[in-house]
Amino acid sequence: MIGIISYLAFFGTVASILAIAVLGLNLQWGNTGLFNGGVAAFFGAGAYGAMMLGGPADPLQFGAFELPYTIAFAGGIFLAALVAWAVGLLTLRLRHDYLAIATFGVAVALEAVARNAEWLTGGAKGMRGFPRPFEGLFEDQFTYNLAFLAFVVLILIAVYVGLERLVRSPYGRVLRAIREDEIAARSLGKNATRLRLEAFVLGSAIIGAAGVLYVSFYAFISPQDMAPILTFQIWAMLIVGGAGNNRGAVLGAFLIWGAWTSSGFLLAKFAPTAVQIYTGPIQYIMIGSVIVGMLLWRPQGLLPERIERTKTGNEAPGKTASQG
Amino acid sequence: MSGGNILTVAGIVAGYVKDLPILRGIDLAVRRNALTTIIGPNGAGKSTLIKTIAGLVPVSAGTVTLDDTPITGIRADRMADLGMAYVPQTDNIFKTLTIRQNLALVLRLSRRRETRLEELFDLFPPLKDKQGDRAASLSGGQRQMLAVAMALAREPSLILMDEPSAGLAPKAAAEVLDLAHRLTRDGVSILLVEQNVKQALRVSDHCYILAEGRNQLDGPAADILADPIVGEIYLGRRRMNDV
Amino acid sequence: MIQNLMDGILTGSIISLGAIGLTMVMHMLRFANFAYAELLAIGAYAALVFDRLFAALVPVMDQAFGGLSLTWSLTLATLAAMAITGLSAVLIDWAIFKRIRQKADALSMVFASFGVALIIRNVITLIFGLKAELYSNDIAFAMVLSRDPLLLIKPDQVFVLVAALVLMTIFHLVLSRTTFGFALRAVAENPALAQVAGVPLARIIIVVWMIGGAFSAAAGVFYALTNHLSPLIGHNFLLPVFAATIVGGIGSVYGALLGGFIVGIASGLALQVLPSGYSPAMPFLIILAVLLVRPQGLFGEAEQT
Repeated sequence: MIGIISYLAFFGTVASILAIAVLGLNLQWGNTGLFNGGVAAFFGAGAYGAMMLGGPADPLQFGAFELPYTIAFAGGIFLAALVAWAVGLLTLRLRHDYLAIATFGVAVALEAVARNAEWLTGGAKGMRGFPRPFEGLFEDQFTYNLAFLAFVVLILIAVYVGLERLVRSPYGRVLRAIREDEIAARSLGKNATRLRLEAFVLGSAIIGAAGVLYVSFYAFISPQDMAPILTFQIWAMLIVGGAGNNRGAVLGAFLIWGAWTSSGFLLAKFAPTAVQIYTGPIQYIMIGSVIVGMLLWRPQGLLPERIERTKTGNEAPGKTASQG
Repeated sequence: MSGGNILTVAGIVAGYVKDLPILRGIDLAVRRNALTTIIGPNGAGKSTLIKTIAGLVPVSAGTVTLDDTPITGIRADRMADLGMAYVPQTDNIFKTLTIRQNLALVLRLSRRRETRLEELFDLFPPLKDKQGDRAASLSGGQRQMLAVAMALAREPSLILMDEPSAGLAPKAAAEVLDLAHRLTRDGVSILLVEQNVKQALRVSDHCYILAEGRNQLDGPAADILADPIVGEIYLGRRRMNDV
Repeated sequence: MIQNLMDGILTGSIISLGAIGLTMVMHMLRFANFAYAELLAIGAYAALVFDRLFAALVPVMDQAFGGLSLTWSLTLATLAAMAITGLSAVLIDWAIFKRIRQKADALSMVFASFGVALIIRNVITLIFGLKAELYSNDIAFAMVLSRDPLLLIKPDQVFVLVAALVLMTIFHLVLSRTTFGFALRAVAENPALAQVAGVPLARIIIVVWMIGGAFSAAAGVFYALTNHLSPLIGHNFLLPVFAATIVGGIGSVYGALLGGFIVGIASGLALQVLPSGYSPAMPFLIILAVLLVRPQGLFGEAEQT
């Protein structure tokens, strides 16, 4: 029983962390129409940033300042936002796909740095030993894990509520106007490029926060954790849930992460060994098919965006999910 | 033949976004061998109307007829074979091709003799002199000239022109409009959209006034030009908002 | 230094071939196609299959030309791969991109192209395995051009450079001499006007996919011939071909050709100062530099959003 609860807590923690990243992406893509081709880069920037500031001292390594958790947390978010700001500044005034290409490029470049700059990032072996927050307050690992889950869920709720408010505010309406119609947005007298940049940086900061939580949970980060597949997974979560709908974003995160982990489990348990070495490619094809299939057959996702939101919101996720 | 009209537009409703028509039921006729001009305030749907006739805007209701042939919603590249040419307002030449290649492309696509190239150069001597240069090197007036030459290449019976004088110096603008006028005397019918109302009406035979996607008024260009009220509204003697 | 320059020119010619079609479809269909570079992988592996097939059917064809690892069977296999890859490109457009194009915005197209890339790359992995493959297991010896500084070049590399230049020259002649070439350039510059001028747009788009696919296949085979085959070919060339199109200006075929060489040479020379682990990031730095200095690229026109 404890085993199951323990596993569910583990699953819930990772899924909630990913859900936060999906919410960040939703602000960029779903609400503002900005294509982020390098989600993994901002996630990684958050994780590495926090590790460098808060990680244990290591004579072989720059950084590892052993700073308090709150500062490490803020630093990780700041690094992700900084990268987003630089990329956005260069590309957001150009044709929309430059942003896609540049963000994809950032992911490739940062992965190269993570793999090669051993003095800074620990290289391919990564960095370990991040002091997990409030670990001293709990006696056993089990209660700690439950507490950490509560901590992550709390942040998820905070981000969700914050974004919901933002989206419903006049500011959110302007962002949607920019997404729908550039000319209309300009005629409002708003500087569309600046607003886009703000949304892009804020979204990336949220993705960075997810990265910080990830490294807080595993106490370990390596280039493997910011591989391109992470970007694809987070996209799939958003498109399945429904771009533009924050509730959909969270739902998608849990569904896709559930499908990902259970497919990995099933392949490991039942597939012949010859097939097992191809678990990765099989799961990648699955994610790719989900993305293409959703775009072809249900581009609005399971929970479509509703521009005119009312406060009723009584649709049960289970009910809508069964339609898909 | 539907009388003296080469083109008839009846009750056309069209726009880029579904359920948000820019044209809300427009009727229009272009007489054979005449210069017909469409004027109206910004946002009246003038350019959209001409693009709709050229097959570039989705139509949700109404018909367009060219010489008794229904052409509503036909593909733009098929339009060219039916004897209709369209000269867009901007980006109306291929800047990366040479002047000669621009014309040769249109001629070859319509399977016309290469000798037609010389005929076109005779019509537009400045183009002949620069035929080997990239079209990007042409001046504004010369670009319009090339665009009209490309339209003429396949010997159309009707040419649609979207603000051919826009952005040109007064002299070049007058030349382009005079050219349009001369072409109608050589057996081509022309439908023109213009902001340059006074100059355009002087060379036009007939005029339509549009506002908010609907017909406002139409009549012989000379009458419209002389009409004091129209003059006040559309020829710049008074602002639209004051009406 | 000179060795890096030579290697850079060689890589540049491969990138150029890959970028020709990308710049055209990016401009005509108005979306950044992240699945495009997978055509290199499709081409390289299709050639592998045909090569084995032809060599098995007619063993005489498996004779290498003096000094090269190229054989008759691989030559024919490359031509067959070019055709197959061109058809695949058309088929992918028809099955996926065209359908999304009809009902959704450009952003969805970019997104779908990522999904398509992921599927293609991993299907190739499933079929051919993760390990690197070679067309020929015979060791290709390098020629020593100079001992001090040491300059090595393989006959295969010379062949690839020459073959790439020949393909580019043929394409240049088509573009500058034929009606089809004019039409192609017209569509690349201004699709709407081209249609008004009587160019059958839908047919040209199919032909562009065919040409892009064929050139990408050649690029994939050339890379595999001078390096090795791996399912990651597409992934590794994605950023370089995008960089080439952005350097040259989106929509400019000649810009893409030049851009390919610039990216190849710059990446080669960068090895003078940067460890090779960073070379995947080089195209990104080039993209950033272009966006900073001249966002429209060398031959492109300024374009907003």
